[in-house]
Amino acid sequence: MSTRELTFAQAIREALDEEMARDDRIFILGEDVGAWGGVFRTTETLFEKYGCERVIDTPLSEEGFVGLSVGAAMTGMHPVPEIMFGDFITLVMDQIVNQAAKMRYMTGGQVQVPITIRATMGGGRSSGAQHSQSWHAWFAHVPGLKVVLPSTPYDAKGLLKTALREPNPVLFFEDKVMYHKIKGPVPEEEYLIPFGKADIKREGTDVTLVALSRMIHPTLAAAERLAAEGISAEVIDPRTISPLDEETLIQSVAKTGSAVIVDEGFNRFGTTAELAAVIAHGAFDYLDAPIERLGAMDVPVPFSPVLEFATIPDEEKIIAAVHRIMEGRRR
Amino acid sequence: MAQHKSKTSELGRNTLLEMYRRMLTIRVFEETVFDVYRKGWMPGLAHLSDGQEATAVGVCMTLRTDDTITSTHRGHGHIIAKGGRVEPMMAEVMGKVTGYCRGKGGEMHIADVSLGILGANGIVGGGLGIAAGSAFTAKREGEGRVSVAFFGDGAINQGIWYETANIAVLWKLPLIYVCENNDYTQFTNSKKLISGEGLAARARVMGMKGVEVDGNDVQAVFQAAHELVEAARNGGGPATLICNTFRYGGHHSGEPGTAYRSKEEIESWKKHDPIPFFENQLLAQKIITPQEIESMHDEVDKRLQTSVEMARQDPFPDVSEVTEHVYA
Ligand SMILES: Cc1ncc(C[n+]2csc(CCOP(=O)(O)OP(=O)(O)O)c2C)c(N)n1
Ligand SMILES: [Mg+2]
Repeated sequence: MSTRELTFAQAIREALDEEMARDDRIFILGEDVGAWGGVFRTTETLFEKYGCERVIDTPLSEEGFVGLSVGAAMTGMHPVPEIMFGDFITLVMDQIVNQAAKMRYMTGGQVQVPITIRATMGGGRSSGAQHSQSWHAWFAHVPGLKVVLPSTPYDAKGLLKTALREPNPVLFFEDKVMYHKIKGPVPEEEYLIPFGKADIKREGTDVTLVALSRMIHPTLAAAERLAAEGISAEVIDPRTISPLDEETLIQSVAKTGSAVIVDEGFNRFGTTAELAAVIAHGAFDYLDAPIERLGAMDVPVPFSPVLEFATIPDEEKIIAAVHRIMEGRRR
Repeated sequence: MAQHKSKTSELGRNTLLEMYRRMLTIRVFEETVFDVYRKGWMPGLAHLSDGQEATAVGVCMTLRTDDTITSTHRGHGHIIAKGGRVEPMMAEVMGKVTGYCRGKGGEMHIADVSLGILGANGIVGGGLGIAAGSAFTAKREGEGRVSVAFFGDGAINQGIWYETANIAVLWKLPLIYVCENNDYTQFTNSKKLISGEGLAARARVMGMKGVEVDGNDVQAVFQAAHELVEAARNGGGPATLICNTFRYGGHHSGEPGTAYRSKEEIESWKKHDPIPFFENQLLAQKIITPQEIESMHDEVDKRLQTSVEMARQDPFPDVSEVTEHVYA
């Protein structure tokens, strides 16, 4: 297999390109996704290649163009609306939650709603409280939706290609900090990554670190430093939280006896809470320390970097959480 | 306000009789559902549309089977008008597995996608995005299909109308917005809720036609809708049709609709009941005989009675179905 290095954004664009070439029902729509190439450059060159009929610049009408996408999906297309900043997804809640998610169920299986909603997430850019939030947990709460959070260019491409072949509504969250900063190997050959299959990013025996999206990177860095201290950490990336690969999480904790869960969504009632519950139930007999939940601090995301970075999990906080677990064990 | 004159001569006898039959079917369906509700044979509440039959039928009779509609919480009429069958509708109302949606949708969410009925919707304005999307697909496929969005006068104050109307005009989507103006948004007179000159004017400002019509005159509705539908089919883009009409019953079957509407108001609308109004036109023009009317009434009554008997005997869904159809 020949492999090149791509950025996260390039991997996304390549997945879109390949799937659009394969399936002419797929079309992209959103704000400045066309001639401009996307605010984060993820649709660059697609407008030139596929034209304004398949890469469509919309008015600033998030509910309107996502609502339109739901109807287009119900009638046989596969729309890919882009929510420029995931924060704006609040404007589209009815279309996602009350329309897309339950049309199939309410009609007794008469329709499919193949729609891939791409939205950004993540702070750390001093963008303020309305351009930094990570709302994936909300959608994992809704029956009928699938929720995907890639952490590497390899995963982003393989998971997005799967999303674009899904007959169900998918929320695909892309951490905008990774777009141009994270580079990684992506094979030239075609591949798909199935939903509901966690990836063990690093094997270990002493503690399980579960991390999502960009949080994988500080978590892997923390695992490296912990290894130097003689602590062997296993790092697991669920990759999709709906469906969730419960088995891989439970088996890992059955082996290590403890878990730290790292996520950039808010901690309270968030992804960290659900994953902790899954582990607490499934690996109850094996746990020898309280599960550590590292979500974003439960405050609006602040602007000043000193404040903002205080709210987001990082390498130091992950290491501190593992140390708490280790100390608890010694006592 | 453009009131369209009826042009009966342009419609064939069969079409006129089918229009009459569908209006009658809607009326009897709604009366039957109310009866079913009162007898405790259905769970929940029913949102009935008796009084508004001419709007649903006048619009849907201009459509092809592959044209789509989206409907509202008050959707039974639209579904019957578009060709929906009363038997699976009645079963759905009762939550039976033989219902259109296997008992998962219910009274407010009936759909028959094979007939282009993309579903009634419990969210006021909820069908507008879906209708725009269906129009998008129709335009892409280029087979002259159109999409109709039914909605109430209450829904015209929802943001989704403006967002999709703007897009539909910009992209010339074959989308017809049909507002059933029955003057009430639940329990409040809509005059108190709508600024300016109302939806026709708002439509024109958005860059599309805004036409108003007597929604109780089925032929007038047909003529007005036909013009807009054909224009949309031929690439003319979206339009808005406002049909002025009135619901006889309450907002739902659990209230009579008399606390916030005067007797006089209700009676004055009943004097312009769409069914006798159309009946008189058909009789005057000798398109139908009184005997034919009577036998059609009998036929429709019987069909509805049978649908109730059948639905009552039908099984409820097996509980194992509860997890089916969440995902494809
Ligand atoms: C978004 C939303 N808001 C409120 C309601 C509650 N509700 C149901 S029907 C209705 C009135 C709708 O009035 P209109 O659109 O004129 O339709 P009509 O009932 O007159 O047919 C209201 C307020 C709802 N279902 N959805
Ligand atoms: Mg109304």
